[in-house]
Amino acid sequence: MEMCSADTGCRNGLISRMKDIWKKNYTKRQNRRRDTPDKSHAWIAFLLPSFLGVTVFVLIPFLDVVRRSFLTAVTGEWTGINNYRNVFANQAFHLAIRNTVRFTAVCLPLLIGLGLFLAVLLSRLKQMQLIKSLFLFPLAMPAATVVLTWKMLFSRQGFFNGFLFSLGILQEGVLPDHMGTGASFWVLVFSYVWKNLGYTMVLWLAGIFAVPYSLSEAARVDGGSEWQIFWRVVFPNLKSSLYTITVLSFLNSFKVFREAYLVAGSYPHEDMYLLQHLFNNWFINLELDKMAAAAVCVGTVLFLVILLLQRVWKV
Amino acid sequence: MRKKISSVFIKIILLAVGGIFCAPILFLLSGSVMSRYELNQSLMPLMADQDKLITWAFFPRYPTFRHYLRILFQTPQFFVVFWNSMKIAALTLAGQFFIAVPAAWAFAVYRFRGRKMLFTLYIVLMLMPFQVTMLSSYLVLNHLELLDSHSAIVLPAVFSAFPVFLIYRDFCNLPKGLIEAARIDGAGEWMIFFRIGLPLSSGGILSAGVLGFLEYWSLIEQPMAFLEDQTLWPLSLYLPEIGPEQAGYSFVAAVITLIPAMFVFLAGREYLERGITASAVKE
Repeated sequence: MEMCSADTGCRNGLISRMKDIWKKNYTKRQNRRRDTPDKSHAWIAFLLPSFLGVTVFVLIPFLDVVRRSFLTAVTGEWTGINNYRNVFANQAFHLAIRNTVRFTAVCLPLLIGLGLFLAVLLSRLKQMQLIKSLFLFPLAMPAATVVLTWKMLFSRQGFFNGFLFSLGILQEGVLPDHMGTGASFWVLVFSYVWKNLGYTMVLWLAGIFAVPYSLSEAARVDGGSEWQIFWRVVFPNLKSSLYTITVLSFLNSFKVFREAYLVAGSYPHEDMYLLQHLFNNWFINLELDKMAAAAVCVGTVLFLVILLLQRVWKV
Repeated sequence: MRKKISSVFIKIILLAVGGIFCAPILFLLSGSVMSRYELNQSLMPLMADQDKLITWAFFPRYPTFRHYLRILFQTPQFFVVFWNSMKIAALTLAGQFFIAVPAAWAFAVYRFRGRKMLFTLYIVLMLMPFQVTMLSSYLVLNHLELLDSHSAIVLPAVFSAFPVFLIYRDFCNLPKGLIEAARIDGAGEWMIFFRIGLPLSSGGILSAGVLGFLEYWSLIEQPMAFLEDQTLWPLSLYLPEIGPEQAGYSFVAAVITLIPAMFVFLAGREYLERGITASAVKE
């Protein structure tokens, strides 16, 4: 490079040199970028183990189930929609579906409403850690450890009857059973709410705290009552929470079989007879054709319900 | 002032209700140290189906640790069952760590063709209850001759889509610039995963672990369907088999079953909450 005769010339040289360096680096960076994220195939290595497992353990066998739902169980001959017809004509299937629908219709509004109520109360308190933990605790209690307590509470000689008696609702010498009768349905409802209330509450709390505080503060300044602020300002912002909470609670309601089985065994009172009982009984009797058809039906219905909820709330 | 009083009032009510929610643990603890005689007396109406209410003392008159000693020293089968449960939960979580975490990383970091479709598939799978997948699991386990072994419980759980979804949520929160910067500095894709992804998202991974442990510690449906051999059973299936005539034993067994779950709950409460909320916040 030649010596600079004047200040300006030197600066120009310097600038052009810097431009050169920058250009070189820039093209280098460009080259490097070309073989990075989107064109790289690293994602295959990350995803492959999981995808293979899902394919082997879920996808292929489920396709097999769909295939089997059109075949006879023993000989494997094609029977068309006969299995579906059998399932829909099956009395036990009707009972299980009816109980499951009834259970969901009672539990979901109850759980979601109670959870929201508690979350709203809790969101106004300063220290809520302890209370949250107390309500979450049932989630950590394995169903098997609760059985004894449930028996002590809800059997004929249990504390629940003692409680009713002390309120004067029960008369002397009358001890209704809550587990072997239609009341067992309500024991199940109670178990479900007990177990999932903390979970639902925490979900609602997360939603409530995600609503910008300035919104409700502005409404307060404008003179809105707490009640109005909640329904007009906070609640409309909780739609997506409502969607996830409904879906999760709905799916958790299928797990209540645990409590039902533990309290009443494989053949409970008919008000407590759930889909899982039916599947277990078919399974034991190796009625795999009916199981296949029913699994396809239940899977499809669940899938549609989830899609529908998503559509309704436009999440 | 009025506001303050009402908030104290709300607090007291909530604490009381929450306390009632936790009451079952008091039954279990008091029952586990109650002498055999006292247990028999308290629960007699229940066991003999008499027309009388049972009674209960949360502070037993003659507390004893005899049931604990019996279970620890004279009931080898209890240990077998306990370790079955531990094995199932630990293997499942370990497997999920190696399978689900990289899968979540793939979904969160890379934009590849078919990503959206695959992810939707995972979400649908995550939402399917056991009733729907029971037969398909049975068919594949039967085909692979895995029935009546712990693999029958562990393997399908390892490939569960739920942890993928939870951990994915956490990976998505990583600033994109961070990964980009590491790439410009010449870090390989695995290096980025191990040095940036794993350490910065350890919270999300722990949340999935805590939720997972509580789930796999209390499995019922799966072992009931796929394990016939009783020596392979986990605690959650063994407990209800203990008859009421062995009340002391079953109280202690329940308390011991509760201990690991309690421990995980208390130690991981923060992560538990984080895991729960991770599924609710809008994408």
